[in-house]
Formats: sequence, C-alpha cells, structure tokens
Amino acid sequence: MLADKDRIFTNIYGQDDWRLKGAMRRGAWSNTKDILAHGHDWVTEQVKASGLRGRGGAGFPTGLKWSFMPKEVGERPHYLVVNADESEPGTCKDRDIMRHEPHQLIEGCLIASFAMRAHACYIYVRGEFIRERERLQAAIDEAYEAGLIGKNNKNGWDFDCYVHHGAGAYICGEETALLESLEGKKGLPRLKPPFPANTGLYGCPTTVNNVESIAVVPEILRRGAPWFAALGKPNNTGTKLFCISGHVNRPCNVEEEMGIPFRELIERHAGGVRGGWDNLLAVIPGGSSVPCIPAETCQNLPMDFDSLREAKSGLGTAAVIVMDRSTDIVKAISRIAYFYKHESCGQCTPCREGTGWMWRVLERMAEGNAEKREIDMLLDVTYQVEGHTICALGDAAAWPVQGLIRHFRGEIERRIDQYTANAGAPMPAAAE
Amino acid sequence: MTKIIVDDTEIEVSPELTILQACEEAGAEIPRFCFHERLSIAGNCRMCLVEVKGAPKPVASCAMNVRDLRPGPEGQPPVVFTRTPLVKKAREGVMEFLLINHPLDCPICDQGGECDLQDQAMAYGVDSSRFHENKRAVEDKYIGPLVKTIMTRCIHCTRCIRFATEVAGVPELGAIGRGEDMEITTYLESAMTSELQGNVIDLCPVGALTSAPYAFQARPWELNKTESIDVMDALCANIRVDSRDTEVMRILPRTHEEVNEEWISDKSRFVWDGIRSQRLDRPYLRENGRLRPASWPEAFAAIAERVKASGPERIGAIAGDLAGVEEMFALKDLMGRLGTGHIDCRQDGARLDPALGRASYLFNATVAGIEDADAILIVGSNPRLECPVLNARIRKTWLASGGAVPVGLVLGDQPDLTYPYQHLGAGPDSLAGLTGSKDFGKALKQAARPLIVVGQGALAREDGAAVMAEAARLAREVGAVAPKADPDWNGLSILHTAAARVGGLDIGFVPGTGGRDVAAMLAPGALDIVYLLGADEITVPEGPFVIYQGSHGDRGAHRADVILPGAAFTEKSATFVNTEGRVQVTRRSVFPPGDAREDWAILRALSDPLGHKLPYDSLAALRAALYEAHPHLAALDGIAPGEATAADAAAERRGKLAKLAFKSTIEDFYLSNAVARASTVMAQLSAMALERQTLEAAE
Repeated sequence: MLADKDRIFTNIYGQDDWRLKGAMRRGAWSNTKDILAHGHDWVTEQVKASGLRGRGGAGFPTGLKWSFMPKEVGERPHYLVVNADESEPGTCKDRDIMRHEPHQLIEGCLIASFAMRAHACYIYVRGEFIRERERLQAAIDEAYEAGLIGKNNKNGWDFDCYVHHGAGAYICGEETALLESLEGKKGLPRLKPPFPANTGLYGCPTTVNNVESIAVVPEILRRGAPWFAALGKPNNTGTKLFCISGHVNRPCNVEEEMGIPFRELIERHAGGVRGGWDNLLAVIPGGSSVPCIPAETCQNLPMDFDSLREAKSGLGTAAVIVMDRSTDIVKAISRIAYFYKHESCGQCTPCREGTGWMWRVLERMAEGNAEKREIDMLLDVTYQVEGHTICALGDAAAWPVQGLIRHFRGEIERRIDQYTANAGAPMPAAAE
Repeated sequence: MTKIIVDDTEIEVSPELTILQACEEAGAEIPRFCFHERLSIAGNCRMCLVEVKGAPKPVASCAMNVRDLRPGPEGQPPVVFTRTPLVKKAREGVMEFLLINHPLDCPICDQGGECDLQDQAMAYGVDSSRFHENKRAVEDKYIGPLVKTIMTRCIHCTRCIRFATEVAGVPELGAIGRGEDMEITTYLESAMTSELQGNVIDLCPVGALTSAPYAFQARPWELNKTESIDVMDALCANIRVDSRDTEVMRILPRTHEEVNEEWISDKSRFVWDGIRSQRLDRPYLRENGRLRPASWPEAFAAIAERVKASGPERIGAIAGDLAGVEEMFALKDLMGRLGTGHIDCRQDGARLDPALGRASYLFNATVAGIEDADAILIVGSNPRLECPVLNARIRKTWLASGGAVPVGLVLGDQPDLTYPYQHLGAGPDSLAGLTGSKDFGKALKQAARPLIVVGQGALAREDGAAVMAEAARLAREVGAVAPKADPDWNGLSILHTAAARVGGLDIGFVPGTGGRDVAAMLAPGALDIVYLLGADEITVPEGPFVIYQGSHGDRGAHRADVILPGAAFTEKSATFVNTEGRVQVTRRSVFPPGDAREDWAILRALSDPLGHKLPYDSLAALRAALYEAHPHLAALDGIAPGEATAADAAAERRGKLAKLAFKSTIEDFYLSNAVARASTVMAQLSAMALERQTLEAAE
C-alpha cells in the first residue's frame, strides 16, 4: 500500500484549498525555477528515468514521447496539448485533478512545455466538464496573476496556457481528432504518419499528453526520478490514480502504487465487493475499452500495464469497473458496444459499420434471441474491426466483445438455449 | 529513388509515392474506394490494406508513403505483401462491412455495370450474408437538378466532399452526423452551385450520386462509346459520347492530362438533351415572311438565284462558335471563289489579328503550363464562367503553392473565382500603372514565369487592339515573354470563349484585303447576302438575304431566309483548335437527324449550283487540301507554338484606351451557345443561377 508520504495528489478529495495558496502550501510551484534551471533535456531525461508511462490508456513512456519532439525550434513553434477530454466510461481521475489539484496540472504544463521547448499549451477539456473548466481557468488566472506563467514570468520560461472547451464527443479524446477539433474542424482522427510530434497542431510539432501524465511531472522532478522509479514494479513504475466504480461498497478515486493486487485495491479502498468477494463476477480493469476479466483470475492480479496485458486485458486508464453476480454481463457489454457505436466518428469503414453490427447482435444475445454459430461470427467481426481502422476506437469497440466471448461464452449459450426452449412452448391462443 | 519489394518483385520507386502507387508500379492491383489520384488522401475506406513486413497491423496503402516504411534490420528494402491470406481476409472484412448496409439495388441502379463496389465485390465479396439485422436506410438529399442522390447506397468515401472542396473550390458538400448515422449533404439541402458539380457523379464509386437527367435512360453496356471533343468552351475538353441508336444518351469526360485532366464542366456534360431538341432536320425557305419546309435542290436554287443577282462585294460570311475547321475552310474557299473577302469568324468582334502571328491569339502558356506559373494576372475575363475546367487548373496552381501564387484580376465586377485574388481595377487604365504602384505589380515582376491571361472581355471592344497592345507591353515589361529563367515560357495568353475561334483564326477566316469584319458586314445596307455558318450570337439587321447553315433553330435560324440543316458536334468529324492551339478532332457518334448533313458536305453540294464547284468530294480530300494549306493542323493533339515576337508586334498597335470597364463576354454560362440554349437542363440551371444572383443582390 502506498504510504501517505509518497502521494502525489494530496488533495484529490478536495478537502483542502484548491487555490494557489493551498496548492503552494502543499508544495506546488515551490522550486519550479530551479527545476527549469537544469535545462530542457535534463527534464526529459528525468521523466524517462522515472519510467513514467502515459496515463491516458495506451501506457506509452512519457519521456520517450517527449524526446520525439525536434531538439531545436525551427520555423514552426512547438505546442503542448493536454488531453483533458476524459470520456472513457468509468474514468474520472482527470476530472478530480482539474477540480482539486489544478495547480499541479498547470505547473506540469509549464515544465513539460519547457522540456519540449513549447511556449504555448492548450488544455482540451471535455464538453461536459463545465465546472472543471471554470475552476481550471480560475487557477490559470491565478497563476498568471502571481507571475508564475505568462510572458516574463518568475520561472523564466515564457509560457501561455489556454483552456479549450470541447463539445462532448468521445472521439475528440483521440489525440489527432483532438487536434482537429482544436483547430476548429470536425473531430475526425488523422492518418498517421505523420505523427503529431512532427506535424501536429496547425501542422507544428506537438505532443499530446494526458492530464495525469502532466500533473505528476512536477512532483517527480521535485523528489527525483529514482523515488518514482522505486515505486511499483520495473517498467510499471510510480503511483496511479485508480477510479473504482461499480459493485463495490465505497466507489472512489484513489492514488495507489502500480502493481497493487486487485483484491487489495478494492478491499482496502473501496470497501470490497458488494456482498463479499465471492459475489464477484467480473472486472473491467481499465475503462470500458479493455476486455473484462472473470473473478477467478482476479484474486492476485497485479494492477499494472504488463500484468494486465498478460491477462489479455489492459490497465487502460485504471478505471476499475467491478461487477458482481447480479450483473447481466451480456447486457452490460452490449451497453458498452452501444456506446462505441454511438461515438464512432464514421470516418472509416470497419468502425462505422462494425460497431453497429456488434451492438445489434449483442442486443439479441442479451435476450438469447440468437444462434450459437453467431457467437463465432461475432468474434470474427470483432477481429475484422480490430486493427483495420484509422484510430484505436475500432480496437476499443472490439476488445470488450472479445473479452465477453472469451470468458462468458457459456453464459451466452445458456441464454440462447433458454430462449429456444421457450420458443418451443405453445403460444397462448389469442382470445377470440 | 528507393527500393521496395512488393510480392517478391523488387522495384525502385520515388519515395514520395504512396505504397498503393508503388504496388501498382510493381504490377500489383490494389482495390480502393476513397483514394483518387487528384484528390487529397482520406484513407477511410480501408479497402487498400496491405501487409508490411514488420508492421503489427495491416497498413492502408493509400495513406502511407514509401518514405515512411522502415527498412529491414540489416538495411534490406521494405517488404510489402498484397496477396497474403491476411490481406485477403482484411479486404474481405472491409468489403463485408461496406456491403452489409448497401442495398441490393444493382438491378435498378444506374451505376450498375460501371460500379466500383460491384466490380470489387466480385473479387472480395462472399456469396452470402452473415448480417441478419435491419439494413440502414438514409433519406435522399436534394443537392440540385444535376446530381441525383440515393444516399442509402453511399459508402462514405468522401470523394465528393473532397472534390467540391479542393478541385471545384466551392465547399458545399459535407458530412453531417457521425458513426453509422453520417450522411453526405449540402447545407440545408440547397442546390450545389459549382459549374463542375457533375464530376462528383464520375467520382462516386457507387450509385449514391448519379446523373439526374440520365436517370433510368440506359445501361452502360448498351451504349456505343465514341471518343470525341467537347465544344462548349474553348478548352475543347476530351469527352466520351455515349449513344444508343440515333440519340446521344450522355457525355462523360475522358482523361487528357494536358487539357482537362479528367474533369468537364456541367455545360459539357449535361448539354446532350440540347443536341436532340430544336434541331433543324430539313431545309427551309422563307416565303411571304414564313419559313416553309423545302428540299435541298429548292434551297440551293434559291441561294444560287440570289447570289447570281448580287455582286461578289455584296456577299459576306460569318462563322459561328461551334464551327469546325473543315467547314470554315470550305466556306472560306467558296467565298474566295465567289470573289468576296467579307468573311469573319470573330462573332464577338474580338480585335485579334492572325496577321500578327499565331502567338498573338493563343493561350501561349498552355493549359498545363498554368501550373508552372508563379504569378497570374487575369485581364477582362471571368475564367470560372468562360472555362470552368481551366479555372480549376488556376485554382489547383494556387492551392498547390499553398496560396503563394498571387492572382490579380482586372475586371468590371468581382466574381467568386474559387480562389482569392487582388482586384486591381476595372478597365484598361488599371493596366498602365500596374507594375509601378501596387504590390501585385511587384510580385508579377519578380515572378519567374508570370502568366497574363487576356480574356475576350478585354479584346471584344472598340479599343481591343489597344488593350492587347497594353497587355503585350506589360507582358514584356514583367518578363512574361521568354524570360531569362525559362526562354520557352510565353505567359501572354489569350483565353477564348468559343471552340471554333482559334481554328478560324488559324485558317485566316478573317476579312481579306478590302474585306469587312463582322460589325461592318452587319451595318445596315452593307451586304445583300449574309452566309451564317452556325453564327447565332449576332443580330443581322433587316435587309440582307440570310442563309443560315447550322444544327439548331436558334437566333440565326429565326432570321434566316434559307436554312440549311447541318450536323451538331456529336454528328460529324470536325477539327477544333482549342485556346492553347491544340488540334483535336471530334468523331461522329450518331447521324444527323432527318435531312441534315455534315457541314462541309453541304458547302460542297452548294458550291455546284453556285458554279464554283469545290475540288474535294470527301472529307479526306478536304483535309488533304486543308493540311496542305495549314500543315500544323495535321498534327493531331499537337500544339504548334507561336513565335514569341508576336507579343512585340501586338505591343506596337497602340491606340486610344477607352475608360470602360472590362466585362466578361459570357453573360449566362449555361446559355452561351445554340446547343445549350436548346437544352432544358441548361435552361433550368440558368434560371436557378439567375435566382441565386437576385437573392444575393437582395441581401
């Protein structure tokens, strides 16, 4: 379990003052200037050494991502874009960072921008986050007023921070769709290559990072990369905000060490599964887009990127959705399929056509109104979507369905049997 | 050049190519829907997936450059597979997705038989469906009278959107909704306004966008396809005329990189209903003020009688905008034999003089050469209306430069040309101080290959020769003619509006010594007999006896005393020289209706009763004589470049410039010639354009 002294987000529950004064009391902005004094590449190297992996879902090493930016600023300015379009069902960590720890994020933006030689940062906030945007903006205004950011600021790196409010489309959380949306266009993901580090916002070198990835950076640099690297497991270092929701006694956001066993995580922080551990049916460990894991494999499952990958799932955004035995798992996955069908941008064929197909078949399967051979057909359709699309939304739509069929094929078959058996029963004759 | 291995074939390709193009170079065929050579890359249909060695997922070959492929661990060339089971499975998957919501309309779909989806389903489709849900239905959209939509068939390739936005420059099409609810439409289902909108029909790989006038008219396999030339504007786009029995059913573009790429204007595409209606299908004679049907001998006898009664100096001939070189040559020959020099092919009165040399009336930069220009000045022309496809080429040049090529316009009004331009003035006086005062003048001067487009609006006026002199002087001043950077460049370019014009000037269909030009011929009492060879854009005053030879009952025929029914451009083989001087030949697709005949043959037949029998009995013999007199016309699809010195000669003819704004000679794009005026589709479009103008003016 993570010791209190190792927590990065000490005000994640909003019990303390979120304003600049409170944040500074908790340590934010304390020696930013000294950090910047080490130079651009030092910052990047430190982040690399800390082993920080992107907190947005894919888990790509953050320092490595930063190092893809050109080393010198050419004719085109560099940009940092922070992805605060947190829309993955089950995920609510960035929201609390923006509400309760906005200054950690803003300081992180400054340091990350400095590392990548960017003078401007755009924070793209999800459309539904109205209060969050207001608070973030208020915090930015405070930082400007205090001379922490802006032109000729105290920290010695000219830096402007802009909040952009999205319109509430899930796809705009995909980094290139986000850039399109930020440019004022329709939020359709771009073809890659070219990657944003080369051609991003307005055609300029751009790095897009998750809110959490950026917000942890100041603390890592203050305490040193070895501290962060010592937490968790090799290649899965540091702390992570887990969003525990679903059938637990006390759903919560909690910062924990990477690699904490699943059972420990929910029993210590979320009061355990509703109705006891044995009542657990399945877990979606990383937000709606990762495959679910049945209860049997959950006991000692370490919650980190690599372990969950081995379990054929993923850590994703660490949004742990717990489902007990009262859950209609087929219907639940069908609902997730509906979400992806609804949020597909419609640009490329497999996702546009496949998400609706998968949802419709699942709707029938939830009732049992299907044939058993359709299970394999559905699985085949998921493989036709996966990996054939422009962005990862196709994969995200396919994985939950694959997880369902992998672990709960028996349940689907049982329903089909039940439905067919009932179909044989004589229909009540119409009252004539 | 880099090496790449495609299915065991190692080839060297330019690294800028996409994998798809590289595969094609290697002989591997890649299916595609959204990819189109002339549009930006969307990469959304996912049909072109290939396997790249080392890549975890199949790669959309249209969207990745060869440059972006990584070499093998020891520097081996990248390897691409196009025929592996993985690729086949991926493409079959995409095809299945495209088909699940595509209606089984093929038997009633106009695209049937020439449908990309149909063709590729033969290769990648499966014989049965696994999709047991309800199919999606999409409401059809109204996007104008030309393009019919059946949106349930749409596969969302977005080619039409990209065409409208990029090539046509009129971003009227877009996609609303998202996911499977995405729909292609115009804003609030208003009609498209582009003059090039018909091209989206060709671009649409399925039957979602089809030709509305052609709807349910014919199936592609029952049509006779004739490769021909369009005469609706002076570009002379390459077209394919599809006909069935005696009727032209539709007109499609043919690829010619140097001329029209693969686009044609809506006037060229949809004018075919005009070819059928208002036709002159037998000779007529005016008796007691009314035209009555007559036989050919009767008509010829009436003409012979009048000609004999009149002196040669009282006879004149005017050639129209759609006349082929052959008939103009025969008419010039006949008039010469009759002893008159009153001939003219410049109906609009353009002050162009072939005596100054061919370069004085050609689009010398050539149409493809527009793309080499680095500064463009347009004088007295609205190229969007006068030649939409050429205008798209100017837009392409501007777009390809990232907006760096400055465009200047000297014209009375400020039309939307689909690209931004600086309006430098309205009339000829704006030309004089252009290089000194404005920043555009500086840009023009600094340009390596300046292009000066002079339209008929600047030349078809009293001071046309002086304007031409002014333009030529400007061209010399800014180094548009044979600049040091490129001695072959001649940027002084005349944009014509009539397909027949350059051909007429080439064979010297202009007043001979002592001859009168159009205005003088039409002066009251100037002539006793006027021979109109399809000349419909002029008004012949009361007095002279008018012989009208042409295909349509239009202005000329209404005034005529004798009507000789000729052939339309789809019914004869005739030579046309386009604005850049390219010699091209139309082919006969159908026969002229009724008693109508090919025009050269009418003149040959008429020459006999007139006592001056023309010495050619076949088209081949006529052409032999034509080519002997004008050898450059024998080089089909060639351009005989004019001498650059013509600019100097033109610059000498200075005169008084009028203080009159330039005005495009095309007042109504859709009704600019007799064939178009006979078309109901064109009439509808013209009415819509007028309504739009009125609405815009009211705002």
